[in-house]
Amino acid sequence: MSNPCLQLKGSVVTTFILELYRYSVEEFTQQLTDKINQAPGFFDRSPLVISLDKLEESIQNIDLVELVSICRQQNLQPMAFRSEDVRFAADIEKTGLVHLSNSAIRPRGSVGTSVEASADTQSDAIELTQSASGSTATDSSDEKTAAENNPQIKAEPKPSKIISRPVRSGQQVYAEGSDLIILSHVSEGAEVLADGNIHVYGTLRGRALAGVKGDIGARVFCKNLQAELVSIAGNFMMSDALRAKLWEASAQIYLDGQTLHVEAV
Amino acid sequence: MAEIIVVTSGKGGVGKTTTSAAIGSGLALRGHKTVIIDFDVGLRNLDLIMGCERRVVYDFVNVLNKEANLNQALIKDKRNDNLFILPASQTRDKDALTQEGVQSILTELSESFEYIICDSPAGIEKGAQMALYYADQAIVVTNPEVSSVRDSDRILGILQSKSLRAETAAEPVKEHLLLTRYNPVRVEEGEMLSVKDVEDILAIPLLGVIPESEAVLKASNQGEPVIFDEAADAGKAYSDAVGRLLGDTVEFRFVEADKKGFLKRLLGAK
Repeated sequence: MSNPCLQLKGSVVTTFILELYRYSVEEFTQQLTDKINQAPGFFDRSPLVISLDKLEESIQNIDLVELVSICRQQNLQPMAFRSEDVRFAADIEKTGLVHLSNSAIRPRGSVGTSVEASADTQSDAIELTQSASGSTATDSSDEKTAAENNPQIKAEPKPSKIISRPVRSGQQVYAEGSDLIILSHVSEGAEVLADGNIHVYGTLRGRALAGVKGDIGARVFCKNLQAELVSIAGNFMMSDALRAKLWEASAQIYLDGQTLHVEAV
Repeated sequence: MAEIIVVTSGKGGVGKTTTSAAIGSGLALRGHKTVIIDFDVGLRNLDLIMGCERRVVYDFVNVLNKEANLNQALIKDKRNDNLFILPASQTRDKDALTQEGVQSILTELSESFEYIICDSPAGIEKGAQMALYYADQAIVVTNPEVSSVRDSDRILGILQSKSLRAETAAEPVKEHLLLTRYNPVRVEEGEMLSVKDVEDILAIPLLGVIPESEAVLKASNQGEPVIFDEAADAGKAYSDAVGRLLGDTVEFRFVEADKKGFLKRLLGAK
């Protein structure tokens, strides 16, 4: 146990989702090629999830093996099918790819846990059809990242939640998918949570939990640190430990590796 | 339309009923027609503090249940013609209160009174929530000690989320801080939170500071609201608070410790 050779971690990976409405080899090949030619560098070797959920009801069977090979010819990397419908289960199995049901896919807008790819935090799933149609403005330079290349991929950042009254004992404020900005006090016994950063422009006497969905880059900033507890992505510090570092002063708290740092600002 | 003022605290025993009686009497003394309602169903106390316990025939719950009309249940104060008391029922509990019932009584009282003081029970449950639900203003009674301050903070949160004004996104309930049992000497010795400490934590405007006083206990036991005791510091402090409630600017008294003379200190005299 002392020296593990592996670690299992939850993570979110950005992929495209190809939503199929109907299928014929010619039509599919032609339209897919057209889309990809609009921004060849952008889709190059992209992981792809093929969704069969929007498929017209009347369609009973599709040669999914063939569909996968057409995608591969276009330099996409199909990795899974998404389908709630059991009628395709056997066909999916033949392709050797993963079969995801909708419930296994996290809803849009939830914050990714991966820090490396900042675009991840914007959106988990991008519909290929939608994003490609917006790619007319694409600069074909391969240097640029996906998000820079295509304005539609960059989902609108969720506006920060701003609270101007004191957060009282027993109250809980949660900024889902965004930063939380509090212009007043956070009382003892109150709890403020955010998926992003937390700013408190008053005295922080209660609990502040930033990056609650696992964003280890989230920080807590406050004008006067007297908190009961501060947590970044589940790594927390109680008031006694905080007192030993910085107390009744402006502070920021951030995570570096496994260690919480408390610094004056 | 009457102004509905709830006197609340979260914590028990901090002086809500004493304050309701004093503020209500103070408003009446200044010529405003005022009614004080005891919301502490099952633990009726206001009648004792007001000295009208032997005149209670019908109560708040009787009116709610239409067993009596308001005029039968209202008790007119013997000291002041502008002052009325609506006592709580001692034999029932808080479940006897219904929102519609409370609303209809408050609406009826609004027609003939200028101020309605709701004396809230302790706690944050139904009784306290009923008392504050229709409030336009709130007097949050706090003792200068940490548990009372925290409970006041809690009740302020409830005012901001569970009052009618909060639910309808109307102008928020106007909040006032009333600090009771204040002892400047103990504050200086660091045994008690100071006015500033409490103001810092609660962040609401200060309505008054009532000094710890033997006159308060005496007044309670005699059924005579302390504001009628013009010689007592506590009475004067309540009177100042009533002035501020009505919009006057009144300087705060009794917040600094008396400077003891050299001889007194030497002899340890109080």
